[in-house]
Amino acid sequence: MHLIDCPFCGPRAELEFHYGGEAHIARPEDPAALTDEQWADFLFARRNTKGLFRERWMHTAGCRRWFNAVRDTVSYRVVATYRMGETPIGSGGAKD
Amino acid sequence: MDYRLSHGGCIDRTKPLSFCFNGETLNGYEGDTLASALLANGKHLVARSFKYHRPRGIVAAGVEEPNAMVQLGRGATTIPNLKATEVHLFDGLEATSVNCWPSVTFDINAANGWFSNLFPAGFYYKTFMQSQALWMKVFEPHIRRSAGWGKAPSEPDPDCYDHKHVHCDVLVVGGGPSGLAAAYEAGRTGARVILADEQVAFGGSLHALKRRIDGVDGVAWAARQAAELDTMDEVTLLPHTTVFGYYHHNYLCAVETCINSHGIASSPANPRMRLWHIRAAQVVLATGAHERPLIFADNDRPGVMLANAAQSYVNRYAVLPGTNVALLTNNDGAYEAALDLKAAGAAVAGIVDLRSSADGDLPQRARAAGIDVLIGHVVTAVQGRSRVRGISIRQLSEDRRSVTGPEKTLACDLLLMSGGWSPVVHLFCHTQGKLAFDEVRACFLPATSQEDVSCAGALVGSFDLAGGLRDGAIKGAQAAMAAGFGAGVPVQTDFACEEPGEGTIEAQWSVPAPGGHTKGKQFVDFQNDTTAADIGLAAREGFESVEHMKRYTLSGFGTDQGKTGNINALAILSSRVGRSIQETGTTTFRPPYTPVPFGAMAGRDVGQMNDPVRITPMHDWHVAQGAVFEDVGQWKRPWYFPRAGEDMHAAVNRECLAVRNGVGVLDASTLGKIDIRGPDAAEFLNRIYTNAWLKLDIGRVRYGLMCHEDGMIFDDGTTARLGDHHFLMTTTTGGAATVLDWLEEYLQTEWPDLKVYCTSVTEQWATVSVAGPKARAVLEKICPQTSLSPDDFPFLSFVHGTVAGIPARIFRISFTGELSYEINVPWWSGQTLWEAVMEAGKEFDITPYGTEAMHVLRAEKGFVIVGQETDGTTTPQDLGMDWIVSKKKKDFIGKRSYDRQDTSRSDRKQLVGILTDDPQDVLPEGAQLVANPTAPKPIPMIGHVTSSYYSACLGHSIALALVKSGRERIGETVFAPLESKSVRARLVDPIFYDRDGERRDG
Repeated sequence: MHLIDCPFCGPRAELEFHYGGEAHIARPEDPAALTDEQWADFLFARRNTKGLFRERWMHTAGCRRWFNAVRDTVSYRVVATYRMGETPIGSGGAKD
Repeated sequence: MDYRLSHGGCIDRTKPLSFCFNGETLNGYEGDTLASALLANGKHLVARSFKYHRPRGIVAAGVEEPNAMVQLGRGATTIPNLKATEVHLFDGLEATSVNCWPSVTFDINAANGWFSNLFPAGFYYKTFMQSQALWMKVFEPHIRRSAGWGKAPSEPDPDCYDHKHVHCDVLVVGGGPSGLAAAYEAGRTGARVILADEQVAFGGSLHALKRRIDGVDGVAWAARQAAELDTMDEVTLLPHTTVFGYYHHNYLCAVETCINSHGIASSPANPRMRLWHIRAAQVVLATGAHERPLIFADNDRPGVMLANAAQSYVNRYAVLPGTNVALLTNNDGAYEAALDLKAAGAAVAGIVDLRSSADGDLPQRARAAGIDVLIGHVVTAVQGRSRVRGISIRQLSEDRRSVTGPEKTLACDLLLMSGGWSPVVHLFCHTQGKLAFDEVRACFLPATSQEDVSCAGALVGSFDLAGGLRDGAIKGAQAAMAAGFGAGVPVQTDFACEEPGEGTIEAQWSVPAPGGHTKGKQFVDFQNDTTAADIGLAAREGFESVEHMKRYTLSGFGTDQGKTGNINALAILSSRVGRSIQETGTTTFRPPYTPVPFGAMAGRDVGQMNDPVRITPMHDWHVAQGAVFEDVGQWKRPWYFPRAGEDMHAAVNRECLAVRNGVGVLDASTLGKIDIRGPDAAEFLNRIYTNAWLKLDIGRVRYGLMCHEDGMIFDDGTTARLGDHHFLMTTTTGGAATVLDWLEEYLQTEWPDLKVYCTSVTEQWATVSVAGPKARAVLEKICPQTSLSPDDFPFLSFVHGTVAGIPARIFRISFTGELSYEINVPWWSGQTLWEAVMEAGKEFDITPYGTEAMHVLRAEKGFVIVGQETDGTTTPQDLGMDWIVSKKKKDFIGKRSYDRQDTSRSDRKQLVGILTDDPQDVLPEGAQLVANPTAPKPIPMIGHVTSSYYSACLGHSIALALVKSGRERIGETVFAPLESKSVRARLVDPIFYDRDGERRDG
C-alpha cells in the first residue's frame, strides 16, 4: 500500500485516497470549437507512461482536496506531490 | 516405540501433553511441534500425496514442509491443511491426515500411482479439453471428490480476531541470529524497532545447530538477546508472528498467533490471532534459508528427510528420527547432521556425497568418527514404501551425466538429503525485488529493490554464524541510522562462534538414472507430485518459460508454494532448455508467504461489523411493522410492508393501489442531499446540469440530469433554490457520495474561480413523502398554517412550514405522478413526523409503501431510474429526454459529446415501453429482445428489458426497455426468447399511466 504525501495533511495510507488519472489535462475553454477528433482526444486518450507520471489524487477520507503527484509507474515511488495550480514538478508524463 | 532422547532439546519434560492423531492417543511435551511429537512416537507415514496418493512422511522441520499436512481440530474451529511442522503442540490437540481415504495407511486412490503413466504433466489440460460433456458429467465430479486436501469448517468461526496498525522505524523480519543482532543494534539507538519471528522462541537456526556464541550456548544466547531487547522501551517483540506480505512503500503485514491451544476460548480482548499492519521507515530482512532436497528416484518415501530438519529434531526436540541413518549430500552441511545423529545414539550407515571431493572440516571429522563416506556417488533407488528400508548406490560417471560401476545397497531407516540452501527471498520479491543467481553458493540472492530495505544473514548467503551475526549487526545499525537514529556503527561485529568450516557446494540438480531411465519417480515438488520427468516433458512440449512450466506441471503451487522444490524445478528446466538459471529466473513470489486464516484477515469486520449499515430515523418503526428491507448501497430501505398472509406480490399491489386511489407514505430519507452555497452556485449548477438554472426563482424546484463529459447520464434528482446563493440538491440514494465527489472535483480542478461550497446534508434531513389523491387532506391536518392549494403551493416549488409542530421544508415534487409532498425535517424529528403523518392519515387508510411499490409507480409513469434504465452508455436523448438538454446554453458538462458521431446515431438504443400479449406475463429484467425469434442463430438482438413489473392499477404487466431505434419502432411486435418460451410483446410509449399529468395536483 502506497504512502502518499498529501500536500495538506502529510503522509497518509493509500486507502484514504482516490485516484484521478493523468494530471494537467485541462477541460477545453470552448469545447464547441474542437473537432470531433480533438474532443475525443480530450475525452478518451490518456498516456500510459512507463516511468515518471504526473497524476491526480484526491484525499477522499481526509481533507477531501485534489492535488497532483509525480509517481514512477515502474517502481511505484511517489516522487513528489504538489497542490492544484502550483507549477508542475518534473517533466515526466507531461504532454510536452 | 519411543524415539525421545532422555536429555537435551528445548522441550519441557515437566509438561507432558496428550494429543490425538488419526484417532490414536499419543504423548508429547511442551515445546514440541506436532511433527516432532509424531516422530517421537515413531510416526513417519503421516500423509498422502495429491495426485498419486503416495505414502508421505515428514521432510522438513518448518513452514517449508511440503508433505505433512493435517486437519487440526473439529467442528467450527477446525483448520485444514496445516503443516505438522508449524503446529505447536498443546494438550488435547486433535489432528488427522488429509487427502486419504479410508486411512493414511490404506488409501484407495493410491491406485492412481499404478497408472501413473496415464497421468503425465499436463494430463488435466489434455484430458479435459476433449469434451465439455465429459468434463461436466464425469471428470469434474470425480476430481471434486478426490482432490483438495482438508475440509473447511461449515459452521461460523466462533473465534475473535483483531487487527493492529503500527508505525516503526526499523522492522526486523526473522529472529534468528542475524535478526537478533540487527534488532539489538537498531534498538539500542532508541529507534522504534519491531522484531517478528514465526517461531514461539527466538533463535532460528540456533535451535537446530549446536553452536556457541561468545562462550554461551546458542539457544541461551538467543534467549538472553531477546530478554535484553525486551527491556528496551521502543522495541516490540513479536514471537509466533509470521510476516506474510511485503507491500509497497514498506507496508508489511504479519499474522500473530496469540492463543495457540484450541482448548482456550478467544474474546475481543484476547483474540486468537492478530493481524499486524506495519509501516516501517526501514526494513531489515533476516529471513534465513531453507534446505533443498535432492532429486533421485523415490526420494519421497517416508523416512527421507532434509538433513538440517533431522538436526532440528535431534537438537531442538530431542527426537531421534531414525536409528540407522544414511545421507546423500552435495555440501558439507549433511556431515554435521550425521555427527549429531551419531552423537545422539543413531548408527550412521554411510554418507553418499555427489561431489568429486570432500575434504573440509566436517568430512574429515566424519571420517575420523568412523563414518563411511562415498565420494562421487549417488542414490539411485530407495527401498520401502511406507518407510525407508534401504538404498541403492552407484558411482557417478566422469561427466556426472550417468552412473557407472556396480550397485551397492545400504540398509537404513532414515535417509537424509541436503541439496544446499535456498535463501528465503519471498518477502524481498513481493515488491519487485530482483534476484541474482550466485553460482558459488548455488542459490538466488537478493539484488535490487524499490524499497528502503536491507537483507542480512543467510538471506544474502552468509550461511556461517559469525558472518550472519556480523552482517545482522551492521544492517541493524545502518537501518537505524537511515531512519534517523544512531551513527550507523554497531557496538559488536566480531562474535566468537564455535562452528565448523562451511565447505563448498557442487550443484547436481538431478541424479542421472541407470541406463538413462529411472524405475522410480524423482520428485521435485512433493506436494503436487511433480517429477523431474514432468518438467522435462513440459520443456519438450514448449512450456519453456518458468511461469508456463509452473502452470503445466503444477510445480510451486499448493499450501507450501514450492518452498523446497522451486529452485530445483527451475534448475532442471534450465538444463533441459539449455539456458542459465539466471536467464530462466524464478516464478513471481506473491503474498502471502504462508497461508493466512480468513478469520485473521477479516479481524473484527464480521457479522454486523462487516459493512457499515445506514438506517433512517424511522427504521425502528419499519421494523416494528414487519417491513421487508432491501439494501441500497449501505442503506436499509423498506422494500414492502407485508400484512398477515400477504406475499410480496399482494403487498406491492395493495401499496400501489393505495397511492393511486387514496394516500401512501414513503420514507425517502435516504435520498442524497447536498447543500450548495456561494455567489456562483447558480452558475455552477448551470454547468453541471444539462438544463438551465440561472433563472430559477427562489422557492422553486427543478429536475436535473447530470452527465459525464462523454454525454452519458450518471445521476439525476431535483434541486431547490433556497436563496440567491443557496441551493439544496437531491441525488439518488446510491449516487450521493459519487455526486459530491464529482461536484468537488470540478470546483477544485476545473473551476477553482467559482465561489461555491458543497456540503453533504443527507443525514441532517429526514424525508417523508406523502403521495396520492388524499395527500393534501392528510397534510392539511398537521400543517394548518400553510396554504396547500395548487395556486399557493404549485408543483415544483417548496415552502418553509411547520408540520406536526416541527419546522420543515415541504417540497412539491412527485415520483409517482400523484399529488405528492416531500416533507423534510431535522433528522432527529424523523420518527415523530412519520408517526404524526400516520396518525393524521388514519382516517384515509394511509398506507406505508416501500421501494418496490415506488418502482412500479414510477414505471407506470415512465420515469427512469439512473442505473436501471441507464448503464453508463445512455444519453438523455436515448431516454427521450431531449427536453431537459438545453439548446441555448453555450456549454455544460456533456454538451459537446451530443454532437459526436456515436451519440447522434439514429440506431442507438432508445427507451420504449413494452406490453406483453398476455397481460399476466411479467418479463424478466435483462431479457433480450429480438424481432424474429425463428431467425437463424445467432438471432440479432435489438434491445433489452430494463424494468418490468405487474401493474395492479392497470391490470397488466408493464416493462421499460432500451431498443435500437426504439421510438421509430413503437407499435411493432417483438419477442423475448426465454428459456421456457418466447414471449410476444408490443413496443409502446413508455408512459403507461396518466399521460397528460392530470393527477399531479390531486
